[in-house]
Amino acid sequence: MNVHAKTFNEAARHQTADLRQRDWIQKALAGYYAKRDEFKNRFQSWSGARDTAAAVKWEAVNHLDRYLDEFASRLEARGTRVFWAPDAQAVRDYVVGVARQHQVRSIIKSKSMTAEEIHLNDTLEQAGFEVVESDLGEYIVQLRHEPPYHLVFPAMHLTRQQISDLFQDRLGSESTDNPEHLTMIARRVMRRKYCEADMGISGANFAIAETGMISITENEGNARLTTSLPKVHVAIVGIEKVLPKLSDLALFLPMLATAGAGQPITCYNTLYGGPRQPGEPDGPEEFHVVLLDNRRTELLADAEQRDALHCIRCGACLNVCPIFKNIGGHSYGTTYQGPIGSVITPHLRGLQDWKHLSQASSLCGACTETCPVKINLHHHLLHNRRNAIQARPARFEKLVQTGFVFMMRRPRLYEWAAGIGRILQPLQRLVQGTVLDPLRAWTKTRSFPPLAEKSFRELWRKRKKL
Amino acid sequence: MTNREIILGRIREALKIAAPYPTFHDSATTTSPLPASPQSWLPPVGETLEEQIQLFRRNAEDLKAGFRECTNANEAGQYIKELALAGGWKKIGRHSGELTDPVARELGLPEVRTDGGYAVNDLESCDAGLTECEALVAQTGSVLVSAPSAGGRALSVLPPHHVVLARRSQMVPDLTVALQRVQEKFKDNFPSFLSFISGPSRTGDIERILVLGAHGPKKLTILLLP
Repeated sequence: MNVHAKTFNEAARHQTADLRQRDWIQKALAGYYAKRDEFKNRFQSWSGARDTAAAVKWEAVNHLDRYLDEFASRLEARGTRVFWAPDAQAVRDYVVGVARQHQVRSIIKSKSMTAEEIHLNDTLEQAGFEVVESDLGEYIVQLRHEPPYHLVFPAMHLTRQQISDLFQDRLGSESTDNPEHLTMIARRVMRRKYCEADMGISGANFAIAETGMISITENEGNARLTTSLPKVHVAIVGIEKVLPKLSDLALFLPMLATAGAGQPITCYNTLYGGPRQPGEPDGPEEFHVVLLDNRRTELLADAEQRDALHCIRCGACLNVCPIFKNIGGHSYGTTYQGPIGSVITPHLRGLQDWKHLSQASSLCGACTETCPVKINLHHHLLHNRRNAIQARPARFEKLVQTGFVFMMRRPRLYEWAAGIGRILQPLQRLVQGTVLDPLRAWTKTRSFPPLAEKSFRELWRKRKKL
Repeated sequence: MTNREIILGRIREALKIAAPYPTFHDSATTTSPLPASPQSWLPPVGETLEEQIQLFRRNAEDLKAGFRECTNANEAGQYIKELALAGGWKKIGRHSGELTDPVARELGLPEVRTDGGYAVNDLESCDAGLTECEALVAQTGSVLVSAPSAGGRALSVLPPHHVVLARRSQMVPDLTVALQRVQEKFKDNFPSFLSFISGPSRTGDIERILVLGAHGPKKLTILLLP
């Protein structure tokens, strides 16, 4: 078993035993379910909307070269600098380069899972820049030196008391159990940061090819401030974020809000098409859009799982996943948690290292059913299992299977083996689950059903005799 | 080879094998499954302007935004005066405009105008930001602002109370029409910034409990003029 699988198993075992944490996650999600259903029901047809969204993303992803080229050309025509990053290192070098060139001192950042994916904050901090996460949940987990727990709700695992203690400890604020007071503490800290920061870093939810704009969805206003006040704005965008037309947003914005957060529409849905233009009173002098591949093209090359690139990172599949609800977000050890993370991480970070995530599934299909862009998530977990075993066959398992088939085709051999089994089973009972047990891997959490005293064949023969 | 060529090359190579078309929920057809616009799936919107205004009112109130119809600029000015008194405003931020100018005159408070640029700290210390907009969206209760219609990027998000002045003719049924309008208006010369604002800034990051005024305005008031 590789180190990632071992870490995963230990974390999952630990989290599953933590009943308080599990209750907490269930409670946090209960409100989401109610609101999501309420706003889904306001659609004239949610299933029609899903079909259309899936078809639009199919069109975009299956003509990605054309749409990306159009997107980049239109942005460049309005004075935006577009950087094409084949891998994570290229982005890190580029962003550090831009920061150095502008002699930046402090950087304010709004939520970006793509930046998490490439560990951009670590790189910037090592290069001597101060980076502050401005999204409240992200700020909380940043203060705790933790990765986000959930790709939409980064701090959902924490209670107000824990957050109050954290703020007391790190910001010297008063103790309070009022979420509003806690929010205002962060607001005051962040206001100073916005005014001082020289550079703002954001992600993007959508990239509109037709007009050359990025679209950012948020509730807090932190992304708007991050992209308004500093003199440089850098947006990190995965190449799969493309939508062909501006009008596609009319469908995707309400769907993202409903599926992702149980809201009819998110508070701010903002389009950025360039740096400050002539005649505009504010906005950054420079706008950089970084288009990140980082092995997305390898996933693209897998036609069977290509629809995993339709993902709009709404997090709906996490919220309904029985595995996520029991093992929590940190156990995965990945940037993207839950079913979508289990599907794409093996593509982004190596199939053999991350194939264990495909096994951590009940294959119930709740993820596939809820996905607003209809990604075939639970089947892709099966595809990953198959691909992993094809790439690296399990020889011992194969041997056992071959032996089993050999035996089942030979009735006498089967009868003889069953007879031996009945003799050996009581002995196995004595050592069950201990190191002496040859079947330990299976029996330490399960017990074998007892073999019948007499086999069907024996009973049949006896009956014939009567 | 440039990075652009490398990535586009990888994409073209990857796309040589076709991916299966997504399966459809309600029908077996795979030919032309896309409706011309998603309007047939999205929440219904009334036919008449009056119905749309009422829908906008309900949606805005659900989003915790204030909404008021005014018969003239005078009435709007009076109402904003009441807001200013209640909120203890000492200074407002605004941009020049057909709707904002008369209201600001009526208000008579010290002001920071963003038109030709401004100092960030000046705007940050304003008690309210007064802007116009591109459109109001009945279906979602959203205000569509742009850099030219809202005095830039920060005026509508930095001060703690955002007040929007709009005309009845700016009410549109849904997001599709709102986006069409700006596309027709700006054609190839889009502003660098457009935003759908739906209620005051909010967060649910602490125990999923709604708190208004996360980083942006704590209050949003929309006034509809003839």
